Amino acid sequence: MSHTLKTALGVIALIALAAVGYFGLADNLAFMTQVVIMMIFVLSLDYVLGYAGISTLGHAAMFGTGAYAAAIFATSVSSDPILGILAGAVAGGAIALLSGFVLMRAHGLTLLMLSIAVTEVLHELANKYSGITGGADGLSFTPGPILGRFEFDFAGHIAYIYSVCLLLLVFIKLRVLTASPFGLAARGIRESQARMRAIGTPVYWRMLLIYTFGGAFAGVAGALSAQTTALVSLSVYDFQLSAGAVLMLILGGTGQLWGAILGTMVYMTVHQIASSVDPFNWLFIIGAMVLIVVYLVPNGLMALPALLLRWRRK
Amino acid sequence: MTGVGLKVRNLNKAFGGLVVARNITLDLAPGDRKALIGPNGAGKSTFTNLITGIIAPTSGEITLDGRDIRPMSESQRVKAGVAKTFQITTLFKALTVRENLRLPLLERRGWLGRLIRRADSYPEVEMEIDGLLKQFKLTHHAHTPVDRLAYGQQRLVEMAMTLALKPRILILDEPAAGVPSSESPLIMEAIAALPADLSVLIIEHDMNLVFKVAAKIIVLVAGAILMEGTPAEISADARVRDLYLGAHHD
Ligand SMILES: Nc1ncnc2c1ncn2[C@@H]1O[C@H](COP(=O)(O)OP(=O)(O)O)[C@@H](O)[C@H]1O
Ligand SMILES: [Mg+2]
Repeated sequence: MSHTLKTALGVIALIALAAVGYFGLADNLAFMTQVVIMMIFVLSLDYVLGYAGISTLGHAAMFGTGAYAAAIFATSVSSDPILGILAGAVAGGAIALLSGFVLMRAHGLTLLMLSIAVTEVLHELANKYSGITGGADGLSFTPGPILGRFEFDFAGHIAYIYSVCLLLLVFIKLRVLTASPFGLAARGIRESQARMRAIGTPVYWRMLLIYTFGGAFAGVAGALSAQTTALVSLSVYDFQLSAGAVLMLILGGTGQLWGAILGTMVYMTVHQIASSVDPFNWLFIIGAMVLIVVYLVPNGLMALPALLLRWRRK
Repeated sequence: MTGVGLKVRNLNKAFGGLVVARNITLDLAPGDRKALIGPNGAGKSTFTNLITGIIAPTSGEITLDGRDIRPMSESQRVKAGVAKTFQITTLFKALTVRENLRLPLLERRGWLGRLIRRADSYPEVEMEIDGLLKQFKLTHHAHTPVDRLAYGQQRLVEMAMTLALKPRILILDEPAAGVPSSESPLIMEAIAALPADLSVLIIEHDMNLVFKVAAKIIVLVAGAILMEGTPAEISADARVRDLYLGAHHD
């Protein structure tokens, strides 16, 4: 099957999935919007971690910066949501680029610690400069109508459709990007930085660009989150957001985009059900689920069908 | 320093107290076929790493066509025409053989940073991949991830990837080590088929291969050059026989 056809089928599948959610779970639109935003965020992480093998526990840095950028942009420049998303992408990319100058020189555990540290620093800055960010109270704003026509409605229909549209765009962009020579370079860097250098690739600069692109996509997710809730709080820089995204990605399977989508869907659904059944022990249920899946299917849920087929043949 | 080709002058390298390169002086002119031999731990791989820029020398000079390449990064040296194969296969394990070859071919053309068109949609690159696959009898494995190949075939991929860079100075670090004897003629053929004006430095334990390929042999012992000579001179030298050839009856 050709790559374009696969992308087209993927888009159709995503639309079908979104439609099932929209008509089947109409009471949970706000939750489903969150799932869709998280899918964008985990997709952006898949590009950085799954494709390029850049280990990070600080992806929230770009999400949070995108969220604040969208809110500040809306209150001080224009309330147009699409422009706000662009502002989020630019801010997410910029913070990735800036921090990447240092981060992309580090490896392994050092890189993990530094990525966490960057997020912590941003959290502190957002707290300190409460004049701009609203500090602990958060920053609330009113996004304008989308394309000058579609107002965000109280029930969240527009927010959901808008989020799904952005998910489709990000999905298509990442499909193109990961299949391009630059996408192949990302996988090469994941497999062997030594070999990439030996074929003449300036590995550091390529990684910096990958991290910047990933940051821009994460910034889109953050901006969207800000717009659909009309609020940004310090929690956008929470460590749990970074760590949760990594868990979702590992659950679904890395380096194939669909793993990010599936992992996010399963993780957030289980989270939602578990936390309503048992508000105190949901973390235990999620933890157990991730452990079992990773133990049984180390490559994530996306590898499950192939694994089952092999078991049956035995 | 002037002159064409690679010139190494008084190169020294120490890891802490361990001296692994002692005043190494060596020339590689266009068309040269030289071999570097010596016992394990003599510093042969370290010498290749000094040339390609993986590690920096303690002192000494390295020039390419009269230009000092010491300030250049590893990837810049590759762009300048210096390439090597690794003694321990270093491949993109989860990627297929085709993808492993596509990467250096795209990079050589300066296209690896492109963002829109698909990586496998460049006809000239794909044709060159086909040629390399055929040359190394890997066509049937084109779509196999390299970590599922037999080790000997991985060595061939390693060699093919390096040739894909069309280097001017080619350093082969034990290219035939681990390759089954049924496949080692492929390595020899590949070396024989290299462009005549390419400079080749081969590090190898297999004396058959060394004697067939190299016109000059350099013997390295404990980081220093013991002697340099033709295959006949080397095999006639008593010191070399004691040190190296004799110890290699395994
Ligand atoms: N990065 C390094 N740090 C410290 N010692 C090293 C390093 N690389 C190689 N050595 C040492 O340098 C010596 C020469 O190694 P090497 O160049 O691999 O020898 P050869 O390739 O001739 O077998 C060995 O004693 C090895 O242990
Ligand atoms: Mg060696």
